Amino acid sequence: MPYIDIQNDLPGIRGLMAFSPHTAEPMGLLANALLHHSDGLLAAERELIAAHVSYLNDCFYCQHSHAEIACYYLDGDRQLVDQVRTGDDQAAISPKLKALLRVAAKVQQGGKAVQPADIELSRKEGATDKEIHDTVLIAAAFCMFNRYVDGLGATTPADLGSYPPRAKQVAENGYGPHIFSTSQPAGPSVKPL
Amino acid sequence: MAHIDLPDLPGIRGLMAFSPETAGPLNELAEILLRDNANSLTRGERELIATYVSALNDCFFCSNVHGAMAGHYLQCDMEGIDRIKGDFASADIPAKLKSLLRIAGSVQKGGKYVTISQITDARTLGATDREIHDTVLIAAAFCMFNRYVDGLGTQAPPDRQYYINRASQRAAEGYLDFELYKYK
Repeated sequence: MPYIDIQNDLPGIRGLMAFSPHTAEPMGLLANALLHHSDGLLAAERELIAAHVSYLNDCFYCQHSHAEIACYYLDGDRQLVDQVRTGDDQAAISPKLKALLRVAAKVQQGGKAVQPADIELSRKEGATDKEIHDTVLIAAAFCMFNRYVDGLGATTPADLGSYPPRAKQVAENGYGPHIFSTSQPAGPSVKPL
Repeated sequence: MAHIDLPDLPGIRGLMAFSPETAGPLNELAEILLRDNANSLTRGERELIATYVSALNDCFFCSNVHGAMAGHYLQCDMEGIDRIKGDFASADIPAKLKSLLRIAGSVQKGGKYVTISQITDARTLGATDREIHDTVLIAAAFCMFNRYVDGLGTQAPPDRQYYINRASQRAAEGYLDFELYKYK
């Protein structure tokens, strides 16, 4: 149960956003600008960065929410998504994305943990300035979202089968007030991990 | 030198000029959290929370921008702000604000560091659910802003007077409708 009375029983950040729609609006716009397009980094790559940072911040709701969205984009390749989410070096992803995930993990520790060598490696693997920028801001933004969710003790569904329907809703419609103002998606439960 | 090729502007402003599509929502969030008058926490109290978290994150640019803003609103010089953020427990500020700064300090470490007893303390000292919510979100947001600024290696003017000189202008104009290139 959340630490404050949010006057609704929506899960995770959805419940907090319904409690505070005026702050939810720019947060939704930010999430859309960072995650819900493939201009430069692919939408799947963006969600993988978000899932990995949320894993490092030990935020159950966010890591599984964004892993499921990545999974939706990657045709259900949950094994790959789980490898990336948990930082498995053997994951079959591009060297560029690996280098950017390293940068994201440094940002999770703190801005000053990012070293010129981390940036150089990303650039050597083909990352543009814009992709490096987006990686840093996605990682930083999830250091906000994760703290918002866990810092207020938001309701976290333990049933992993409840995550894919919400993921599909976001993947298809983007982020924004609809995630808390419309009826919550329900769908067939998938086998828990 | 910044890690990427940015317009020649200090701190977060170079990033905002580089990426206007993300700058819009970031500025809107800062405006609502820190400056919106429909809030029972004063602007000074909210800037102080932002300053404290930025100091814990060791972000020179943000802790000085918001320290100067807090000083402006609370009519307190930078030395006074430094004393509060260095040891708020013995500072001459309301007990409720101290309890909220304690929550903000936990959020800076990570969401799970916030304890029920910290929330109960804040509530006992008169904090509303909205105030607790806003404290957590301000602290969380500065864990983003600080990482954005330092994670891309932006440059911050080293002279603290730079920040003091700009505080009254920023307080008047807000975080939303200002000319990015006007005050270099």
